[in-house]
Amino acid sequence: MSIVLLSILKSLALIILLLTGFAYLTYYERKLLARFHVRRGPNRAGPFGLLQPIADAVKAIFKEEIVPGHVDKLIYIVAPALSLIPALVIFAVIPIAPDLRLGGFTLQFHVADINVGLLYLAAIASVATYGIILGGWSSNNNYALLGSLRTAAQMISYELPFGLLLAAIILTTNIGREAGTLSLIEILNQPRPWWLWLWLWLAFPMFFITMLAESNRSPFDLPETENELIAGFQVEYGGIKFALFFMAEYISMITGSAIMATLFFGGWRGPFADPGTWYGPIVGFGWFFLKVVALLFVYIWVRASVPRIRYDQLLQFCWKVLTPLSIGYLVLTALIVVFVG
Amino acid sequence: MPLLFAALALIALVGAAGVLLSRNPVYSALSLLLNFVAFAVMYVMLSAQFLGVVQIIVYAGAIVVLFLFVVMLIGGNLPALGRGRRAYVRAAGVILAALFLLALLFGLARPLPNGLAAVGAPDGGSVQALGLALYVDHIVPFELASILLLTAMLGGIVLARRYQAPPKD
Amino acid sequence: MTSADYLPILILILIAAPFAGIAILLPSVLGPKNPNRMKQEAIESGMIPFADARRRFPVQYYMVAVLFIIFDIEVIFLFPWAVSLNQLKIFGLIEMGVFLGILLIGYLYVWKKGAFEWE
Repeated sequence: MSIVLLSILKSLALIILLLTGFAYLTYYERKLLARFHVRRGPNRAGPFGLLQPIADAVKAIFKEEIVPGHVDKLIYIVAPALSLIPALVIFAVIPIAPDLRLGGFTLQFHVADINVGLLYLAAIASVATYGIILGGWSSNNNYALLGSLRTAAQMISYELPFGLLLAAIILTTNIGREAGTLSLIEILNQPRPWWLWLWLWLAFPMFFITMLAESNRSPFDLPETENELIAGFQVEYGGIKFALFFMAEYISMITGSAIMATLFFGGWRGPFADPGTWYGPIVGFGWFFLKVVALLFVYIWVRASVPRIRYDQLLQFCWKVLTPLSIGYLVLTALIVVFVG
Repeated sequence: MPLLFAALALIALVGAAGVLLSRNPVYSALSLLLNFVAFAVMYVMLSAQFLGVVQIIVYAGAIVVLFLFVVMLIGGNLPALGRGRRAYVRAAGVILAALFLLALLFGLARPLPNGLAAVGAPDGGSVQALGLALYVDHIVPFELASILLLTAMLGGIVLARRYQAPPKD
Repeated sequence: MTSADYLPILILILIAAPFAGIAILLPSVLGPKNPNRMKQEAIESGMIPFADARRRFPVQYYMVAVLFIIFDIEVIFLFPWAVSLNQLKIFGLIEMGVFLGILLIGYLYVWKKGAFEWE
């Protein structure tokens, strides 16, 4: 029973953490974009505009609830939730700090350690498509439908290189062990030789591109191209329901950064993040937080600098460039594992 | 556990009924999704975790998406979907359903082991055990699977080509 | 019993779902309500909508979905293989090489047929 209670507490903590993260990621992005544009960004609500996200949230809640007459009501209302829930749930297997030992009790800073952790990421990412497809379909609007079809095709296409690169990363877990593992916690606890880090970082740009496409971020924000689709799948949404789609996108950015931080940059590992000490979890979470914020900076930097690409180029890039490259990387990794590792 | 199983079985049944009874094909597809997800959780309960996750990735994440695509491609609300079905299609449906029921009864006639752990599979649904079983003991079916996938790929292209406008030069 | 490891995920889903539900229902309690006809129309950048959106879409989307399913299954086969490559060794390399080689033929064929070209 105590496991159930502990899981409930951890889940609540995780959701609160992600929502706070979302709120201040919007602030972070607006401030950063403003800097890139030589503007000031939000600075009215509270000191340095720090209360701006809270003001936005309150505004969204007190908006009028509009359900247009031509939509499919049930799906129209459920779709934003279907978009948000996977974004919240996917974080469950990511460790955010080393274990804390108090007397005989060990507190682990992840919701679940499952034996198929990495596949869990792929599974939840694959159902995250539904919110957008259904939101666009139920809106019964040409722009929305086109936007949602585009998104669906984009998200499923980029799941292929994502899966292939995950498989390559799993292959590397064979090195120095009896067998490979799918658990993120075990991957983090396994020491890697220096050349393996270099080899992994070679895959990082490809992985980052798939994460950009999976979370529909610029330059892959084709679902909402305001100049041709006037916001795409979410054009008929307003108020809190729009906010939930928005939330899902930003939380998936946070999750994407957390996944990359864990797989490519050692997650919470860093100087003084010693497991088993009282300060370990605090320092460890600090490292994790810094790595995630640094990766989020890259997301926003890309948005500020790279123009949106055309839709046909987007799909062709995935099928003709990224997928073959990922397969090649996978094959080379397999050769390294068998002949070197 | 029995309570969770009962709840999942009920959800799976509701989903299956929804597929058949919905007038709107999108609702049918979503009911199917519900059914698939309930089964995925059941697989995990039977210590076949890998199968459960694959069920989500392939069935929920790919096949239902394909159904939704097709529904959107042929235009959401099809009034003609129920009409114009030929008699032999109905007959084939009844025969296939009867055959399936028969197979199911044969399967159920034997005493069922409860979960992978109960049949002595090493480490339940461990992915590594599965890998060794698949890539050492069952290598021929595995290689044949690639031929099957190749055939499906060619079939998909041929079918799609038929509905495509000829290339403009 | 590793199935028990999955209980926390179920709990997380059971907590996240009502949260999303409450968030959606909140404005209908707190927000103002004064609907009118214009608010209920479809958004077409100020134009009056003239066609229902449930219409046909290019077959290319279907092709992407079909190819995705096939390659997705291929990727699924890679995972158990990747985990047990240490035991399979060179034998594992060869059998996966054959598997990928057969699919590569299909991939090249599909490419030649122009399935990846988008108008």
